[in-house]
Amino acid sequence: MKMKRLLPPVLVVLGVALLTAIASSTAVHQDLPTTNTTDVISTLVDVDTELQRRWEELTLTPAPPADELQVLRRLSLALHGTIPSLEEIRRFEADERPDRLSRWTASMLEDPRFADYFAERLARSFVGVEEGQFIVFRRDRFTHWLSNQLKPTEPEERRPYDAIVRDMIAGRGVWTGKGQVNFITASLANDNFDENKLTARTVRAFLGQRIDCAQCHDHPFDTWTQDQFEGLAAHYGQVDLTLAGIQDHSGHLFNLPLDFASEFETASVSDDLRRAFRSHEQRLRKHVSIEVVTDDALWLVKDSGQSEDTLGPRFIVRRTPDTLVVSNSDGEYLVEDRETLEQRIIDPAVPFHPEWLGTEGNRRDRLAVWVTHPDNRRFERAIANRVWALLFGRPYLTDRPVDDIPSPELTEYADDTHLLDILGRDFREHDCDLRRLVQAITASRAFRMDSLVASNDPYEVEMNEAAWAVFPLLRRRPEQVIGAILQANSIKTIDQNSHLFVRFRRFISEREFIDEYGDLGENELESRTGTISQALLQMNGKFAKDMTAEEAFSAPGRIASFSSTPEKLLENCFLACLTRRPTDEEKAHFLPQLQGEDRQQKGVVQDIYWALFNSPEF
Amino acid sequence: MTPRLPRDFTRRDALKLATGLGVSFLLPGLELRAAERRGDERPRSLITLWMAGGPSQLETWDPHPESKHGGPTRAISTTIPDLQIAHHLPQMAEQMHNLSVIRSLVSKEGDHERGTYFVQTGYRPETTVVHPSLGSILAQQRPDDSVEIPMHVSLATGDGFVVPRGGYLGDEYDAFRIYDPGRNIRNMRQSVSAERQDRRLANLEVVSRSFRKGREQQVDNTLHQHVIERALTMMTSEQLKAFELDEEPQAIVERYGDSRFGRGCLVARRLVQQGVRSIQVVLRGFDTHANNFEGHEIQCAQLDPAFATLMQDLEEHGLLQSTIVLCIGEFGRTPRINALDGRDHWPQGFSCVVGGGGLRSGMVIGGTDPDRAAREQDRPLKSRTAPDDPIQIPDLYATILSQMNVSPDEEIITPIGRPIALCEGTPIEQLMG
Repeated sequence: MKMKRLLPPVLVVLGVALLTAIASSTAVHQDLPTTNTTDVISTLVDVDTELQRRWEELTLTPAPPADELQVLRRLSLALHGTIPSLEEIRRFEADERPDRLSRWTASMLEDPRFADYFAERLARSFVGVEEGQFIVFRRDRFTHWLSNQLKPTEPEERRPYDAIVRDMIAGRGVWTGKGQVNFITASLANDNFDENKLTARTVRAFLGQRIDCAQCHDHPFDTWTQDQFEGLAAHYGQVDLTLAGIQDHSGHLFNLPLDFASEFETASVSDDLRRAFRSHEQRLRKHVSIEVVTDDALWLVKDSGQSEDTLGPRFIVRRTPDTLVVSNSDGEYLVEDRETLEQRIIDPAVPFHPEWLGTEGNRRDRLAVWVTHPDNRRFERAIANRVWALLFGRPYLTDRPVDDIPSPELTEYADDTHLLDILGRDFREHDCDLRRLVQAITASRAFRMDSLVASNDPYEVEMNEAAWAVFPLLRRRPEQVIGAILQANSIKTIDQNSHLFVRFRRFISEREFIDEYGDLGENELESRTGTISQALLQMNGKFAKDMTAEEAFSAPGRIASFSSTPEKLLENCFLACLTRRPTDEEKAHFLPQLQGEDRQQKGVVQDIYWALFNSPEF
Repeated sequence: MTPRLPRDFTRRDALKLATGLGVSFLLPGLELRAAERRGDERPRSLITLWMAGGPSQLETWDPHPESKHGGPTRAISTTIPDLQIAHHLPQMAEQMHNLSVIRSLVSKEGDHERGTYFVQTGYRPETTVVHPSLGSILAQQRPDDSVEIPMHVSLATGDGFVVPRGGYLGDEYDAFRIYDPGRNIRNMRQSVSAERQDRRLANLEVVSRSFRKGREQQVDNTLHQHVIERALTMMTSEQLKAFELDEEPQAIVERYGDSRFGRGCLVARRLVQQGVRSIQVVLRGFDTHANNFEGHEIQCAQLDPAFATLMQDLEEHGLLQSTIVLCIGEFGRTPRINALDGRDHWPQGFSCVVGGGGLRSGMVIGGTDPDRAAREQDRPLKSRTAPDDPIQIPDLYATILSQMNVSPDEEIITPIGRPIALCEGTPIEQLMG
């Protein structure tokens, strides 16, 4: 009886105590990721077999597997641009089911942070990092659009990558409403569309090759010629900026008999010519002049503009063997030869497999189909190499820029590029799914191995790195540095569920830090070393001071207050910053510092955090 | 080999350490320090006064009061007999004999970002390669072991693209940025007591060592340790004082003008004394699409005293013969005055001022006709008439490089495997001393 009466209050007290304990503990959530891992096993076997083949061929011993926590750290840096929070580490360690890494990868891919982060990384290759001409280019709209394409969690709602690319190449409309259109408007420079820039970017970003040199001359090392470049560029030659946004002009209007050729050789316009135009529903305005571009072959009819002084071209007329072709001048791609200064009309053309071109829509629609055509191997190799580079920090072909992959026709490179073909084929066969590609790469032996090399010989180390027999040690990108610093300062994961204030602080700090640290820009996948100003910023800057401070709500402060022993405290600092536990030698060095009452006063924890932030491992 | 950082790590230790490791660049050279050299034996430096936003040539170095597009700006005489400049620059009028004016710079870039890139590097933007700025080229080509502070500095700077980049030469040649010159030497001082700094470095040594185990070569390839050591050397260097103004008499600070730009010009002179190769001082606010005339009055009120005092000060310190001073922005402004009483971007026929460092002074190169230019303003760039004696930016930079004993046509193999010349111009004959 007594017991019965006492039970409710006791239960309440126990309940409260339990809740408090949970709340004040390291906030371990029990919802471990259950997402099914996509079935990438067969591809994975092929990838690992290919890696093994290379190691055997070069008689290299691959590095041992890395600790799973280290792989978790790599995944977090590569997919979210940050490190795992102490909270996530606890959950990961509590997950005892087999193959937790693959399940965690899948769950990280479903996190909206992945879509946002990858959209920003990919956007760099699509539109660069410059803010450009604000009025017609909105980079933020572009990345927002791209992120939304990657975001839906239901696989059937996700846009396949090839469709995303077609949207960019052929997008029309207003850049604010349709983010993809900014791919086109990014190339607006000094009020003109730069078809060359668009073409070079298309080939680099989507086909993984550099034809920029061919803009001015035939490519010295590869097969690209200037003619091929111009033919590709002509696909963008009809793009125009109108009140309705980006539109394409149609080119061809009508043909005239060859007899009219002489009419274009005189400065004034005859009534016959006016009548001929009118009969094709085109009216020549009152003020009109004809400019001979190439004698007896190419003419510009100028009748747009306010006065006689400012007449601009509206029609372009060219002679073919049996007719005179009259086109809308905005709908033709006219280039000036750099040597002869002669102007020529360039018709759209592709350097290989014209049968891949689309059959419907305008020039850009047809090009979009060609670029993404299922038989165009360059397309899948390009994205495989880029995703590889984003995950490891350097492209699969380590000695070349990420977008400079040898042509598939060049058999001498077949061995080097075989792995890209394996990944590419799987990508194609599975609806151009970027997440699947990420999973295949991150589950490979290369991604999960340690960064230890048995040798100290620079040449051997380089060999091992080039053959992916060791995980490469590379400088973190600026957004990863600040992402990691901010996360290490918080026990809880900073994500879309974080308090608005936390997210706002992250946003502001990230921008400030990257501005000062230096943005690597479009070429962020080139390997570089750090600079002195970066070292100074990390050692002495405002962030270093704020983020290491032992305050009530910061990780250093909370770790110091909830860790029951110096050993626990040290372990938590290491886990929060380096995602690993301290070694014996480190314990021997640090633990004596953590003894004593005036620990906080002396800034001991802050100084440990400082060292961890500045270590080569961070 | 990673050097261990002992607990009481001092600058002297750093030097000893550096000797042992053969990293001689950490040491002051055996030659005379740059600060002690004078006249011809002194290696040359460059100070660029960067007029961000695009200053109006008509309100600065190329006034045309006779033109209907000249606006209310008057022209005043200068110490060069045939040269008149805008009345906003009375102190500069007294200094022009030590400088030359180019009034016919041409560029094809009329956008701030692209224009800045072009005028800072001499190359138009490309997507596969980032060209180094003039200052970075100088820092890389003319190193000086006795200088422990950065050889390439940007003062009073602000965001992103105005800061000169090292481009394909490497990020280490990016300009070192100081936002508020003389006031805050950002990040260059340790933020804790010597005792705690020692503890921090000892901590760092321990965690670095355990990570290096089994990865020596890979960690060394990141140059992490090397960069930290150089940063520590800088933090303890006497030369850091060049960034401070405590030792300068108040009168001189006031003569430069107590603005970020004014203090920047004074710090620039102090950095030149230490042997810093290239310094940029930024003056923002020239993008006068509205109220151009008022805007330029405000801008020139900062530019005039700072620039004029800098010229005098360099001369008084015996540094003018070894210091090239260049005042330039990304482009000029339209001859036509728009409805908001402003002027818009104009890359064809804009001005710069350059002198010192042994360059010929008193020259006036090129000329513009604002009336004709205004008539042609709506035409595409190609069909506008060029100014008289047009000068290309690369030619200006070839001049400066040659004068600083760097061969402009030296080619560098860029990371993309393509050789690119440091500069594609040819020196301007009229300016070569």
